[in-house]
Amino acid sequence: MKHTLAVLVENHPGVLQRVSGLFARRGYNIISLVVSETEDSSISRMTIVVDGDERIIEQVTKQLNKLIDVIKVQDVTNEDTVDRQLLLVRVNADNPAKAEIAQLMDIFRARIVDIGRKSVIVEATGDEEKIEAIIRSLQPFGIQEIVKTGICSMVRGPK
Amino acid sequence: MKMNGAQILVKALEDQGVDVIFGYPGGAVLEIFDALRESSIDFVLVRHEQGGAHAASGYARASGKAGVCLATSGPGATNLVTGIATAYMDSVPLVAITGQVPKAMVGTDAFQEVDITGITSPITKYNYLVQDVKNLPKIVAEAFYIAQSGRPGPVLIDIPRDVSMAVAEYVPYKKVDIRSYKPTLKGHPTMIKNALKLLTQAEKPVICTGGGVISSGAHEEVKKLANLTGAKVVSTMMGLGAFPGNHPDFLGMLGTYGNEAANLAVQNCDCFLALGMRFDDRVVGDPEKFAPRAKIVHIDIDPAEIGKNIAVDIPIVGDIKNVLRDMIAQLKDITPKTNNDDYPHPNVRIEEGLNAPWVLRTLKRIGASKKLIITTDVGQHQLWAAHHLSFNEPRTLISSGGLGTMGYGIPAAIGAQLAHPEKTVVVITGDGSFQMGMPELGTIAELNLPIKIIIFNNGTLGMVRQLQHHYCNKRYTGVFFKKTVDFMHLAKAYGAEGYRIESADEVPKVFKEALENNKFTIIECPIAQEDLVLPIVLAGDGLEKMVFNP
Repeated sequence: MKHTLAVLVENHPGVLQRVSGLFARRGYNIISLVVSETEDSSISRMTIVVDGDERIIEQVTKQLNKLIDVIKVQDVTNEDTVDRQLLLVRVNADNPAKAEIAQLMDIFRARIVDIGRKSVIVEATGDEEKIEAIIRSLQPFGIQEIVKTGICSMVRGPK
Repeated sequence: MKMNGAQILVKALEDQGVDVIFGYPGGAVLEIFDALRESSIDFVLVRHEQGGAHAASGYARASGKAGVCLATSGPGATNLVTGIATAYMDSVPLVAITGQVPKAMVGTDAFQEVDITGITSPITKYNYLVQDVKNLPKIVAEAFYIAQSGRPGPVLIDIPRDVSMAVAEYVPYKKVDIRSYKPTLKGHPTMIKNALKLLTQAEKPVICTGGGVISSGAHEEVKKLANLTGAKVVSTMMGLGAFPGNHPDFLGMLGTYGNEAANLAVQNCDCFLALGMRFDDRVVGDPEKFAPRAKIVHIDIDPAEIGKNIAVDIPIVGDIKNVLRDMIAQLKDITPKTNNDDYPHPNVRIEEGLNAPWVLRTLKRIGASKKLIITTDVGQHQLWAAHHLSFNEPRTLISSGGLGTMGYGIPAAIGAQLAHPEKTVVVITGDGSFQMGMPELGTIAELNLPIKIIIFNNGTLGMVRQLQHHYCNKRYTGVFFKKTVDFMHLAKAYGAEGYRIESADEVPKVFKEALENNKFTIIECPIAQEDLVLPIVLAGDGLEKMVFNP
């Protein structure tokens, strides 16, 4: 099962290597990983999506906690979270198709951010399902290239 | 006062109470060696950097303080790697200092450049590449704190040469506070209550001491707890000495090479209290079949060890000494229980002759009045030593348990002897391992250390031969030495006393002389190639399925 871990780490050089090295060496499977500075510039936040059963996730969490640079590990899989991924996709598009794509992307609240002679680049954010749906809807036009980020996840505030 | 980085490093090491450094010089550490000239710290020039790391590890394990080793960049640093990994597996506090090429050349594949922080990242508790001389005092203080606190382990500090040369003010760094590193020392009260309930209601409790008992200094508490609960005590190899080996309730070492009494006690117990151990595969055999009737309580300072290899019923994260004190305090009104369970005597009868068990028991008898520290290499001799010597106090057995590093015993003995000049340090080794640790004979001779080395010579790599006996249907490959070494000439070459034992009746006399002579001594004892470490539990079996006659 996929788990999403929110990991706060010291914002030092080499921390990413320690974390990714830990996953590689102990044979844990990273599906995606996003790192960025937080509101406190001395701390980075990693959102790691990892595949494994409860036992593996428990070990992953404990081993991460054991790294000196790791401040906090939280498994947010069962929390109510907002999950977002960024997608850039370049699609074949002659002039009639450009209008069609623009219309289609409106439905997803995605947008065209670059227009080439025979292609467009679409930008979209959303959770995994939405991103998948956008990609599927663009497939008939002919996808040239896809770039996606990993998933960023934030726990919702109390209602 | 202004100093260069090397002087700041040495000053910071002095402030940590370092009294000896084991190492080897080179281009990237010239300034550090220059700074050591002026220092109160003794420098021991080893013959190979690996020996430096092992000597520092032996020092740490004998003294309980962090050991320090020093090497230059590139090959100096990579030669430390086996020693660092050995220390990591056995949770030994070690601070390794390496030189690095100047910062501007890092990443250019410069002469003797290697990414040692990258290489050692999986085998250190933490490591540093020093970027700014101003950070040195903080880094050194943190390194010692990390190495020695929580679950101890090695820390590496990589210092580019220009950092060693840069001049700055020395500002001592006193108060280490790392927000992301706060080891849990106190056990959870509810868990402790639950554990006590199990332990006091159990009819056949067993306590198992691991290396953590020794790191935590909890040996007295273990004795009290065993007495109060009537538990029998077994030990991992790393835990030997944590409970007196000559105590009537001690059943010996458990595991796939464990002895009968210990293994039967574990497989029959109804409560297994694991103290600072990690349920290594050599300890548990098949994890599915381990202690099938027992509720397992596991106390460890490292939460990641709990539930890693074996599912436990009651996990307690904390410092063992702390947790056991809390447990004992709650048991104060209890009448001490006795446990009259009859297990086979751990010391089975052994025939007199030139076989390692009998020779080691003779050493035990003759050395009984002396304060001995035993170091070992890795192989059959190591297991025989674990079984047939008696480790009655902590820090009296120094052996590579987790990584199983041949060539550990001789350099580790140097560190142990320097930590305890008043004790008699004896290396138990085989002809294979001896030849891996051999470079450091020069160091022993130079320092004039009265270390005794006992070589069990069977002309073969006995442990591997034994594995081929069990698992390759007695097809022996790559395990025989076709050219024997004349160890007596070698002893002479290094100015050591040499004894070659020819018959069993010489053994007591040779040991008596050697233990009294106050000189570097090499004793060679021939043993039969066919001798096996027995009993053994074969792969895939539970600990009760011991094979005595394979």
